[in-house]
Amino acid sequence: MYFFLFLLQLLLVPFISPLCIGVIKKIKALLQNRQGASIFQPYRDLWKLFHKDEVLSKDASSIFRIAPFIVFAITLIIGFSIPLFSSFGIYTFSSDILVIIYTMAIGTFFLALAGIDVGSAFGGFGSSREMTLSALAEGGFVFSLLTLSLIAGTTNVFDISAHTSFLNGQYLISVILAFIGFFIVLLAETARFPFDNPATHLELTMIHEAMILEYSGKRLALMEWASSNKLVLFFILGSNLFFPFGLAMDPHISSLFLGLFFFLLKIMIFCVVIALIESSMAKFRFFRLPDLLVAAFIFNAVAIGLIH
Amino acid sequence: MFDTIISQSSFLSLITFFVIGAFGSLLFHKSDTGANIWSSFFAITGSFFGIVFSSIALLFGVNLSFLFGETPFFILSFSFHIDMLSAFFLFIISLVGFLCSIYGFGYVKHFYGKYSIGVLGFLYNILLGSLFLVVTSSNALFFLIAWEMMSISSYFLVVYDRNDPKNVKAGSLYLIMTYVGTAFIILAFLLAYRYVGSFDFAVLKENAHRIPSIVKDMIFVCAMIGFGTKAGIIPFHIWLPAAHPAAPSHVSAVMSGVMIKTGIYMMVRLFLDTLQPIPLWWGETVLIIGAVSSLLGVLYAMTEHDIKRLLAYHSIENIGIILLGIGSAMIFYTLGMPTLALLGLIAGLFHTLNHALFKSLLFLGAGSVIDQMHTKNMEEYGGLIRYMPVTAFTFLIGSMAISALPPLNGFFSEWLTYQALFQGVNQLSFSLQWLFILATASLAFTGGLALTCFVKAFSAIFLARPRSEEVFHTKELSYAMQWSMIVLASLTFFVGFFSGFITHIFENIGQSFTIFSRTSSFVTSASDVSLESSAHFSFVSAPLLFVLFIVVFLFVFLSTRFFINRKQQVVCASTWDCGTTLSPRMEITATGFARSILLIFKNVLKPSIQQNVEYHDAESRYIPKSRAVTMRVENMYDIYFYKPLQKIIDGISLRSKMIQSGNVNMYISYIFLALIIALFIVL
Repeated sequence: MYFFLFLLQLLLVPFISPLCIGVIKKIKALLQNRQGASIFQPYRDLWKLFHKDEVLSKDASSIFRIAPFIVFAITLIIGFSIPLFSSFGIYTFSSDILVIIYTMAIGTFFLALAGIDVGSAFGGFGSSREMTLSALAEGGFVFSLLTLSLIAGTTNVFDISAHTSFLNGQYLISVILAFIGFFIVLLAETARFPFDNPATHLELTMIHEAMILEYSGKRLALMEWASSNKLVLFFILGSNLFFPFGLAMDPHISSLFLGLFFFLLKIMIFCVVIALIESSMAKFRFFRLPDLLVAAFIFNAVAIGLIH
Repeated sequence: MFDTIISQSSFLSLITFFVIGAFGSLLFHKSDTGANIWSSFFAITGSFFGIVFSSIALLFGVNLSFLFGETPFFILSFSFHIDMLSAFFLFIISLVGFLCSIYGFGYVKHFYGKYSIGVLGFLYNILLGSLFLVVTSSNALFFLIAWEMMSISSYFLVVYDRNDPKNVKAGSLYLIMTYVGTAFIILAFLLAYRYVGSFDFAVLKENAHRIPSIVKDMIFVCAMIGFGTKAGIIPFHIWLPAAHPAAPSHVSAVMSGVMIKTGIYMMVRLFLDTLQPIPLWWGETVLIIGAVSSLLGVLYAMTEHDIKRLLAYHSIENIGIILLGIGSAMIFYTLGMPTLALLGLIAGLFHTLNHALFKSLLFLGAGSVIDQMHTKNMEEYGGLIRYMPVTAFTFLIGSMAISALPPLNGFFSEWLTYQALFQGVNQLSFSLQWLFILATASLAFTGGLALTCFVKAFSAIFLARPRSEEVFHTKELSYAMQWSMIVLASLTFFVGFFSGFITHIFENIGQSFTIFSRTSSFVTSASDVSLESSAHFSFVSAPLLFVLFIVVFLFVFLSTRFFINRKQQVVCASTWDCGTTLSPRMEITATGFARSILLIFKNVLKPSIQQNVEYHDAESRYIPKSRAVTMRVENMYDIYFYKPLQKIIDGISLRSKMIQSGNVNMYISYIFLALIIALFIVL
């Protein structure tokens, strides 16, 4: 039973994440009066990429070759460490908020190095922009999770998600402020509007796509898959920590299924929200983005100040 | 067994190694190889026995006091006191000294014939020996002698490569700053002497309550300036980014890894031990200085493209992080929360150890690169990972450790620092709570910026295509140098892996302080494998994290490699270049990489661009003949601190010139006046 839960924790995120991308793309297509590809198209894309031959740059070093595996493994580790459908933790050694934040940074680190490694100007600037944004997002990220930790009295994300008093009057404003801050960080970290356009290959604006421009075949598949995993991970953090409804409290089959149902429901709500945002607003100029991230940080700092 | 190792004679024989190494290598001034072997042998053996001595002392506890010899002056005595704190600093000094000496044995070879190796060996051994004395002396005057030996020997090492006028200038700046610092330290000890009547640290500690609070505050300010200058806190750090690049790389590693930590050692000793109880604002000041130093340190590091200056600024950042731990310890203890205070102290000391490890690793890596490239400018590197794979790999580990990525050592000490700060946010009242919120914020942003900075450094040095011809001629250095880098890299793993056990030792060190003698830390190591805070606030286990990382990574790697498709072909082709021919000039440079951060923080960093364009035809101005772009970063501390200070000093000097008339009679009357005034005061 527990082994099954371990495996589910590890594999649920990569299993579900291409679907998210498909759903977002579908909703955007519908809003643009297009029919759009099937929501299962990303699975087919991944399958196709995994079976293609690969072209590697002559300038690429071992960092470029190993990075996709690390970046992908990091998303699995984080998926393993956070509450997906249940709020009881069987293991707690990796569920500390700081472990999660700094483990995520490993992925960013290798992604940025891989972007520079091939020596194209696109990759280099993509990495520079990505690191700039993630450095500025760090404060908001730490503080939004810290707000919840202080309310729940623990930094373990499973225990935070088991704590259901967030929406009591006393903490309501703090939680809402922290969530706004977290949501801004989510958009920045997952390369979504208004920070980055996931559909662009325009050299002036792309951030995340610029870093993986030189990848092909299975390594590209891993990179794409990892970035969709990261999107789901942020959805899960946002929903299960800030609004911990419907999580399985005990390892019974019925409550686990209910938990899985709510897991899917929440992810879909987030997908709709993201698709709506992307359809209704334009990408910001790069140098306006820091204002947004600093605002995220200030929201969170105020949220912490309001706790007592 | 234990008593024979931890004894007066064994410690003194440790020192003897360095003395023999120092003076012996001077005798070899004719033979470079001989001098190198002699001085390295004694430095290596001395620091090896230092490791043995201090680790046994740390494991079994130590409290050793003894006098060495007699002096004709009653206030000066060569008295030693080795407690747990000294033993810990002895440990990092000898560990870093040991590995840097091995590295140095290979590194100094390129000085053969250029400079005297005997002198280098002499100064290096004196530096190591005086570091040993600084952390063990227990008499203020004896301490000052050791401190001066350390400062002067390191000064001569900074100017060792004396043919470069930049190095000589850097040395002068270092000398001036270190003397200003020492002046304040002397003042601090003299103020204490006035009320305590002794220069002995033990007596000072017993009678600290006799010092009136206002004088105590003055001692704090003087000590903060004096020891802060050595530690490199902002704004007294200006010597550090100048001096570290000038010294030979293994000396930079010792200076950055352990010499600046002697400032931290004395701060901990004075503020948390000797001068207790202390007022609240001391702790607040240290915390604010820590926050400012860490944030500004990393921001200035972003602007650098000189590899060693970049690392030097990161030393300032890490000293800031250490001070965040120590400052919160001071605040918590004054507020009567000793368990949290002990946590802050543990976090600070743990980060001291970690910084010593990864910073000396990074300096050694930088040294190897400089040795091959003959320039410190990162813009001229690129693609070195192909030519120096071992250096690249160890530098990568060091970069990850300093950026606090788990599961390496830097993460666990920053984790502990975070815990101390989190509890400050959680438990304190309004204004102090906000102080801790800002401190936490500075640590969080520092983490993100440090990561960015090391992406920049690593990629500019080792990745992409070579940006100068020189790169093609580089090769990996001798085994001794590689070996010491590999050992340091694996130590960052080990310290991370055994962070639970090591935290336990730090708790023992903390408990050797009088104020913490009956306290257990807020974060303890449960069964030596994990860190857990009381009331189950946080929990992390390093070994399990290691296992998780390795298992998941192998799972991903092997399943992609062997199950998805084994018949794939991998073709090597050139990077997509939009139809042009890619040249190294099209790559992003270190300056370009950091440019967006620079512009975002333009209010702090004050970047400026100056363009000088020369035209073929001044009338038409279409075709430039030459174009030069100078990008500068104005330093805040220069504008707001040193320039006004210089103005004041200039003004005073100008005024005081008025009494200088050139008339001898006038001068004699000055002497007479001074005599009368002195008599009045005395009588």
